[in-house]
Amino acid sequence: MSANESNQPQFAIDTDKLNLWYGTFQALFDVDLQVKRGIITSMIGPSGCGKSTFLRTVNRINERLGYVRTTGEVKVMGENILGPSVELVQVRKQIGMVFQRPNPLPISVRENVLFGYRLHADAGRIPRQEQEDIVESALRQVLLWDKVKDRLDAKATTLSLEEQQKLCIARLLPVKPSVLLMDEPCSALDPKGTEAVEELIWELRGSYTILIVTHNMAQARRASEECIFMLMGKVVEHGDTGDMFVTPKNKETADYIEGRYG
Amino acid sequence: MTKEKVPARQDFDQLNRDWFIDKAVQVLVFLGGISAIVFIIGIFVFISREGLGFIFEDFSFTEFFGSPNWRPTSESNPTYGILALVAGTASVTGLAMLVAIPFSLGAAIYIAEFASGKKREFLKVTVELLAAIPSVVWGFIGLAIMNPIIIQTFNVPVGLNVLNAGVILGLMAAPIMTSIAEDALKAVPDRYREAAEAMGATRWQVIYKVVLPAAKNGLLGAVLLGVGRGFGETMAVLMATGHSINIPTSVFDSVRALTATIAAELGETAVGSPHYEALFTIGIFLFVITFIINLSADLIVRGVRKG
Ligand SMILES: Nc1ncnc2c1ncn2[C@@H]1O[C@H](COP(=O)(O)OP(=O)(O)OP(=O)(O)O)[C@@H](O)[C@H]1O
Ligand SMILES: [Mg+2]
Repeated sequence: MSANESNQPQFAIDTDKLNLWYGTFQALFDVDLQVKRGIITSMIGPSGCGKSTFLRTVNRINERLGYVRTTGEVKVMGENILGPSVELVQVRKQIGMVFQRPNPLPISVRENVLFGYRLHADAGRIPRQEQEDIVESALRQVLLWDKVKDRLDAKATTLSLEEQQKLCIARLLPVKPSVLLMDEPCSALDPKGTEAVEELIWELRGSYTILIVTHNMAQARRASEECIFMLMGKVVEHGDTGDMFVTPKNKETADYIEGRYG
Repeated sequence: MTKEKVPARQDFDQLNRDWFIDKAVQVLVFLGGISAIVFIIGIFVFISREGLGFIFEDFSFTEFFGSPNWRPTSESNPTYGILALVAGTASVTGLAMLVAIPFSLGAAIYIAEFASGKKREFLKVTVELLAAIPSVVWGFIGLAIMNPIIIQTFNVPVGLNVLNAGVILGLMAAPIMTSIAEDALKAVPDRYREAAEAMGATRWQVIYKVVLPAAKNGLLGAVLLGVGRGFGETMAVLMATGHSINIPTSVFDSVRALTATIAAELGETAVGSPHYEALFTIGIFLFVITFIINLSADLIVRGVRKG
């Protein structure tokens, strides 16, 4: 994987004085964050503190809403993605996103996996064999191949939620993104599904930089190497997950981890 | 039933009254609902009864559907062939769809996917208003405006023809088709768009790779309703087609529609005469066709809601 080349920047995501407004409501305040490359970083904080907002700024999907304004800098793999000359399509090829509610497209499992690849492939048909290889390899990486290999032409929305969420991860992989953003990817799943998806995320570690939002303290603790705690649109603490859970530096962090927040 | 089980306490009476009101409203709503069906069946029975005499006495299947000669008033040898009328209706409706589909689809995509806020509301209201223009006004536009334009532009002797009526009917059907198509597009959940955009799809790619395929049943329903409208429309086609019996070979031929034939001739026929009954048989035919079209449109649109 190209992640090991030495000329790569140290941080996958690097923000500088990032502020964001929804209309007149400010949701992010001077966020300075450096997310290290190749590891799993979790993001925790009470509801409404701006976790989703931050994630949705990193791939600029927030701009779908016409009334969002952003200032500051967001560098992804060393490049400021808010710059005027940036191509949105390239940004989103670099950065895959997994949503809270599994959202496979209402097309076949196979076409879901190929969707992103087709978007970014240069014009022209993709040979049949290449298609098969892409689909199989992506589904194998998310530990789904054995379960769905006979249902590749079934509508993706007929899969179980757990399978759907894995598929949503699988469809990001063929375009080889460097960063995966996951916004509470397990919150719609039952405990078994959660465990399976967590295991999968752990498997993907190293190949991708993963930033995962979670409300589940145990999950953050189990599944991430670094942890970010946000409160009211600001980053309060960012550090090694183990240290943060054992000896939090801030009182707010301690309170939140111990469940004294809403 | 339930009232026996309720213990006789002081609120017993009140409960009883509510129960009656509830029942009464139920019956009223039921009657209201059933009356629409009763009326439709009643109309169908009436039309059928008037037309049946013809079907059993003078009707020849091959002549009725196979002959282009509609000469009900001929003294010596009246013929009742509706082939030319069917061709007239079909050609006008077909052209109307060629006009209406791009317009309404484009408008629906713009309203559902691009316009927002006030602009969107304004456009929606405008579309509803356009849908409410009476058909005689459209017929007038065909007669007074389109007619000279066609004559001048294409240098043809008459401007009342398939082209005129097709364009008029297309513009007429477009608003309602736009509304339905827009509903179908809006019914596509936003998370599909979001998912596709997050993978790097541009707005157009989202529309043609995700939204249109997901909405295809609803869009097909919109087209079918437009076709139903085209078959059933009377006044505008009566005024804009030229109303002459022809199997058209070009868009500049005048034609006559099934509906227009009924409207124009029914008043001049003797009740109970074969001509009168033949017109009612056309009515039955139209009824069946529009019923089938609307029913399939409805089933298709319903299918969207479920799936
Ligand atoms: N589309 C929007 N328009 C206006 N305000 C919004 C919008 N989305 C989020 N907000 C506001 O921005 C703030 C941050 O929301 P965000 O969704 O990022 O929180 P979160 O940390 O992800 O919360 P949760 O844990 O509930 O998902 C909240 O106060 C929210 O009300
Ligand atoms: Mg959130």
